[in-house]
Amino acid sequence: MNILPFLDILLASLIVTVAASTVVARDLFAAVVSYVAYGLLLAFVWIRLYAPDVALTEAAVGSGVTGVLLITAGKRLAAIRKAEPEAQPGPALKWLTGALAVLVACALAAAILMLPDVPPSLAPEAVTAASGPGAGLGNPITAVLISYRSFDTMLEKVVLILAVVGVWSIGKDAAWGNAPAPLGRSRPSPAMVFLAQILAPIGTLIGIHIFWVGADAPGGAFQGGALLAAMWMVAMMARFDEPPRIDAKWLRLGLVAGPAVFLVVGLAGISMAGNFFAYPPGFAKPIIIFIEAFMVLSIAVALPLLVAGPPSEGYET
Amino acid sequence: MNELLLAASGLILLAVALGLARVLRGPSEVERLMALQLLGTGGIAALLVVAYATNVPGVDDVALGLALLAAFAAIAFVNVLEVEQGETEA
Amino acid sequence: MISLLDLFSLAAIGAGTFFFVAGTVGLLRFPDSLSRLHALTKADNLGLGLVVLGLIPRVEISLAALKLILIWGLVLTSGGSTAQLIGRVLRRGRK
Repeated sequence: MNILPFLDILLASLIVTVAASTVVARDLFAAVVSYVAYGLLLAFVWIRLYAPDVALTEAAVGSGVTGVLLITAGKRLAAIRKAEPEAQPGPALKWLTGALAVLVACALAAAILMLPDVPPSLAPEAVTAASGPGAGLGNPITAVLISYRSFDTMLEKVVLILAVVGVWSIGKDAAWGNAPAPLGRSRPSPAMVFLAQILAPIGTLIGIHIFWVGADAPGGAFQGGALLAAMWMVAMMARFDEPPRIDAKWLRLGLVAGPAVFLVVGLAGISMAGNFFAYPPGFAKPIIIFIEAFMVLSIAVALPLLVAGPPSEGYET
Repeated sequence: MNELLLAASGLILLAVALGLARVLRGPSEVERLMALQLLGTGGIAALLVVAYATNVPGVDDVALGLALLAAFAAIAFVNVLEVEQGETEA
Repeated sequence: MISLLDLFSLAAIGAGTFFFVAGTVGLLRFPDSLSRLHALTKADNLGLGLVVLGLIPRVEISLAALKLILIWGLVLTSGGSTAQLIGRVLRRGRK
């Protein structure tokens, strides 16, 4: 008896149920917990679709870091809102929002169900382009990301920087340049300190490992960077480290290092390999790892900054 | 053999997902966090079993990353609760 | 004909599944937050530990076996410490 279809049906129904509970949940905490659970189940789906790279990225960024970002921001907002309660959105607005969401879902479902039997795909082109003389990596995903779609990947990092600037601009004008509020309590419990002491070093090593093997096996810059970001946040929550001042030079340099190095290498490709973002054959792998290292740095700096939030007025480092 | 492994994986997944009922029922926020933790650990177990049963390559690193992320998420959520408690006490 | 190693694998994974089911039952049916926490940690340690034990005979590279044990060690440590943290939050919330 073939169990696999049953497993897939179970997985699909679980995802729908958890997604529904995210909408139905009564308070912020329940909704965000449901969202993190939803992300984990999605990672499971990616494994079933034989995409371990995407599974790790989904779990790291889509579920883990985003969930922490949502709950941290939500709790801070709730603390501010206690002073000025706002009116709840009226029933008309809620119905309109619901109708819009259903419309989007129907459109997506229609698009998927109406695909021709052999759906149009760029995958064969991408694989041949990525495994050409300009690549030489064992992991086709990394090859596509850094070689075939290099421009997209670079611009994604720029978007990340824009998001950080957007978060910073929420703070008061007078507070510009200060550090964001600390992430943890002023006297963290001994258990928290112990866990952070054990987890942060091991996690950092694992993050670097996952970035390094990304050239030939599932892994890569985004996953490794997200893990490093998570470990820095753990250290900040146990008060081993504080969120840095946002005008610190090393911080700003670290943020832009990723896309900047990527751009420089891309421009250099014009003279060295004949085209924008082309890599000279034979040198591709070391260049790609070089670029990825700086991208890991930028991601590891940007994600905790998003969670730490805007600069805080009363807190001077 | 493979079918039995897949069945075991499905059972684990079903079990810990049913635990998620605590997220909606649980009288306090800590209960919801506990349900999430159970899902995390069970998810790692079910993931490993499915990956070995269907021959997905490189899943050990994914599970390693998941273990770290589950710990990170749990710490972050507990931290938020502790900060909240500290504020209401002060 | 199932080999002995396969049988061991199945037995360990089956036992692990049982502990996960027990953990869920505990989480849903125990009357008190602290007892639910207790059920949760048993599922974490024993459930995952037995599953990892059952998967070790099936690895193809020995490094993978080390990684599996590392995963279990990580979950063990972080699960135990997180249980302590949750316990503190529960105790302070009671006052």
